[in-house]
Amino acid sequence: MNWNTVCDLNAIFPGTGVCALVGERQVAIFRPYADEQVFALDNIDPFAGASVLSRGLTVEHDGELWVASPLKKQRFRLRDGVCYESSERSIESFAVRVVGQQVEVQI
Amino acid sequence: MTKTRIVVVGNGMVGHRFLEELCDKGNAADFDITVLCAESRTAYDRVHLSSYFSHHTDEDLSLVKPGFFEKNGIKVCVGEAVKHIDSAQKVVLTNKGQSLAYDKLVLATGSYPWVPPIQGSAHHECFVYRTIDDLDAIEDAAKSAKSGVVIGGGLLGLEAAGALKALGLATHVVEYAPVLMAEQLDRMGGEMLRRKITAMGVTVHTGKNTSDIQMHGGQHAAHRLVFADGSHLDADVIVFSTGIRPQDNLARYGQLEVAERGGVVINDHCQTSNADIYAVGECAAWQGQYFGLVAPGYKMAQVAVDHLLGRDNAFTGADMSAKLKLLGVSVGSIGDAQGRTPGCHSYVFQDDQAGIYKKIVVSQDGSVLLGAVLIGDVDDYGQLLQMMLNAMPVPEHPDALILPAYAGAKPALGVDALPASAVICSCFDVSKQKIADAVAAGHHTLAAIKAETGAGTGCGGCVPLISQVLNAELARNGVEVKNHLCAHFPHSRQDLYHLIKVAGVKTFDEAIAQFGHGYGCETCKPTIGSILASAWGDYVLSPANTPLQDTNDVFLGNMQKDGTYSVIPRMAGGEVTPEGLMALAAVAKDYGLYTKVTGAQRIGLFGAHKGDLPVIWSRLIDAGFETGQAYAKSLRMVKTCVGSTWCRFGVQDSVGLGVDLEHRYKGIRTPHKMKFGVSGCTRECAEAQGKDVGIIATDAGWNLYVCGNGGMKPRHADLLASDLDRETLLRYLDRFMMFYVTTADKLQRTASWLLSMEGGVDYLRSVIVDDKLGIAEQLESDLATIRNQYQCEWQATLSDADQLARFSHFINSEAHDPNVQFVPVREQVRPAQLNERKVIAIKAII
Repeated sequence: MNWNTVCDLNAIFPGTGVCALVGERQVAIFRPYADEQVFALDNIDPFAGASVLSRGLTVEHDGELWVASPLKKQRFRLRDGVCYESSERSIESFAVRVVGQQVEVQI
Repeated sequence: MTKTRIVVVGNGMVGHRFLEELCDKGNAADFDITVLCAESRTAYDRVHLSSYFSHHTDEDLSLVKPGFFEKNGIKVCVGEAVKHIDSAQKVVLTNKGQSLAYDKLVLATGSYPWVPPIQGSAHHECFVYRTIDDLDAIEDAAKSAKSGVVIGGGLLGLEAAGALKALGLATHVVEYAPVLMAEQLDRMGGEMLRRKITAMGVTVHTGKNTSDIQMHGGQHAAHRLVFADGSHLDADVIVFSTGIRPQDNLARYGQLEVAERGGVVINDHCQTSNADIYAVGECAAWQGQYFGLVAPGYKMAQVAVDHLLGRDNAFTGADMSAKLKLLGVSVGSIGDAQGRTPGCHSYVFQDDQAGIYKKIVVSQDGSVLLGAVLIGDVDDYGQLLQMMLNAMPVPEHPDALILPAYAGAKPALGVDALPASAVICSCFDVSKQKIADAVAAGHHTLAAIKAETGAGTGCGGCVPLISQVLNAELARNGVEVKNHLCAHFPHSRQDLYHLIKVAGVKTFDEAIAQFGHGYGCETCKPTIGSILASAWGDYVLSPANTPLQDTNDVFLGNMQKDGTYSVIPRMAGGEVTPEGLMALAAVAKDYGLYTKVTGAQRIGLFGAHKGDLPVIWSRLIDAGFETGQAYAKSLRMVKTCVGSTWCRFGVQDSVGLGVDLEHRYKGIRTPHKMKFGVSGCTRECAEAQGKDVGIIATDAGWNLYVCGNGGMKPRHADLLASDLDRETLLRYLDRFMMFYVTTADKLQRTASWLLSMEGGVDYLRSVIVDDKLGIAEQLESDLATIRNQYQCEWQATLSDADQLARFSHFINSEAHDPNVQFVPVREQVRPAQLNERKVIAIKAII
């Protein structure tokens, strides 16, 4: 498990996500607000098998933050990857932090 | 089991309803059904016959659902009439020599127009008004005519006058009685109707007894009517509409009992004097009376079917109340309209300026409503009708029932007081109970109730009442009626649009701070984004707006199942140059894109990597293309036929108009996607009536249809206005677009928007055409504002380095998404399915 630097924090526009290549993994990194809070999830939509989750809308339900898949709107919790519609389709989440202005993901 | 042989004589509106009821309630496989249709076409809507002239075709009027006869194994004999019934042998003989054995026979032969035996009235150039063939004959005669007269100022006579007027003739109506529609209206109501009709250019002659018709004896026109008072009237086309008589000849010669005033005698089960023979509709007489309206006929069809199937039902007479539109004038008549009940008294409201007359008749003790007349404003019809039918208590001040809204709140009918059996929608016989059941089953909106029960989809007069029943039932079931956008915004989309507009809100953050709470979700973010774009015409990808948009709007393409995007440039009206095609071909080839003509008359290139989109689009823009918004909730396309520039049938330049319309409305964000169609003639090759906006060329201009839909729930568009010149058409369209933008719910297509609108297309027309709300100017100027801010979103994106940075798949690598893989199909490619994918290793250089 290493911390991998992926990008500058400012490369992620507040309220959106980006996809980073970490080793051989596609990791979706979300920045819900204009601060240093970031989340990292597997980028693959488990329903379609497509690499799209970083392109989903960041949303709030039941007081928690989620990403809604851009394909069919299933939601995944940003802090742990739990799928709102079907917990069997929950996805992997990764530790992520901002050091200086750099975003780092632990894989 | 042997099948029951059923022969139905007549395929008019009631005969056809009988077949529908039978196949709906019974099992079509249990029957061997033959229907004889004496006319040259199967069932059509006679009630809306006059619309045949306003550019409808017989298919529009047809009541036969596609495949209905085939699906139910019904044998149809078109152009074949029964000439004899042998009730002893249970056989009918037809005019084509066929003999058909039956177990049950159903007479639905309808009625025929009665023409009084006046000198000259039997001449073959005197027309009647009942069938499409009659209309064709009248239309033919009108081609060489300038004037026309209808003899008979009843309901049908005024319909016929409307038809003559639509054919461009100087139109006269001659009525024997001192008032028009003497059957349904009182004197003052008839007078108001006369004034309104006269104002529309129809000359009305009441109290005129036609005594002689001199064919080809006119001076100012071809023929001459001479009246008993010595005066006369010349006209080129003469149409009789002097009442109907039941078509009961078969019964007379088939040993069935016939009523004194005509009509085959039936009992409460619609059986004739021979228990195996039923009669329904205008040919039948119940308790000596025949009914010249369609609703009682429908009821008889239902009763006959129920009796045939051994179910409990009875015909118990019919209410002859009616609501209709004659020559554009709304008319309603309920119960004892003339106030003939002894001791009754009436209340009248009259507004000469607006042309409104309303009267109610109440019983001597003031406890129940007996009848009503409504001219010019029939909004109260449904409520008053229910009050009369169910003998509901009349409020303390009965006149409040018909006073205008500004006189104070109308006493609510109190739908709770209605019995469960009360028929709310008489067109489709939907009771209060049926609506309550639908609500209990989870149908909680007006649109859902309409779709589930059919209520309110006929004449529409009962829609306000349905809303009341719906709300009462929701309240009773403890369902809170909420049209909140989502958990973050306690407002409807319509309210939010206005709040945002009035408060001058320009960002999502301001909107949620002022009108909502929390962070936002996949419902409110794109909706607010769309409202901001509609209200201010802002670039959807301005930095503050980007996080609001669905991926399609962010990357300006439609995301496909594998995460790639489609590339669909605008081809306004479906036009494309050879150079354009070459540019598209080159791009498709260079980037390996699957290429297909889309459903919207455009060329779509599929399978583009997100990272390749900017360079693909810059090449297309260099070749003269612009974005087609194929990804957006906005105008997607204007489908056009070839039109008069090339087509030998076209009467107007449909392509030219389509191209202009597409450019006029392109890029404007609407509550849902919109599709337009423009046809160059009534052949309608652009299928415009299945579109949100459909425009069909006529000799005199353009007919504007709105709120049609293809897709999952097809809906024919409604005619909003006819024979418009280009300028008026554009003005109405501007208003329509903006009214939709401002008032529709989130993701509501125009078809369901209209369905949920109280008052339906008549209301929409009053807003768009008559400017009833006084907002037309505002709508036009709002639309002009956002139209002037149009920019090609791709062009804007390409000139912004920050935006371009978002397109690469990885933030930290130039690599393409390794999960995007293709396999060959028909000399092109398609996305690989999961089990067809190969593992492609790429590794970030960290």
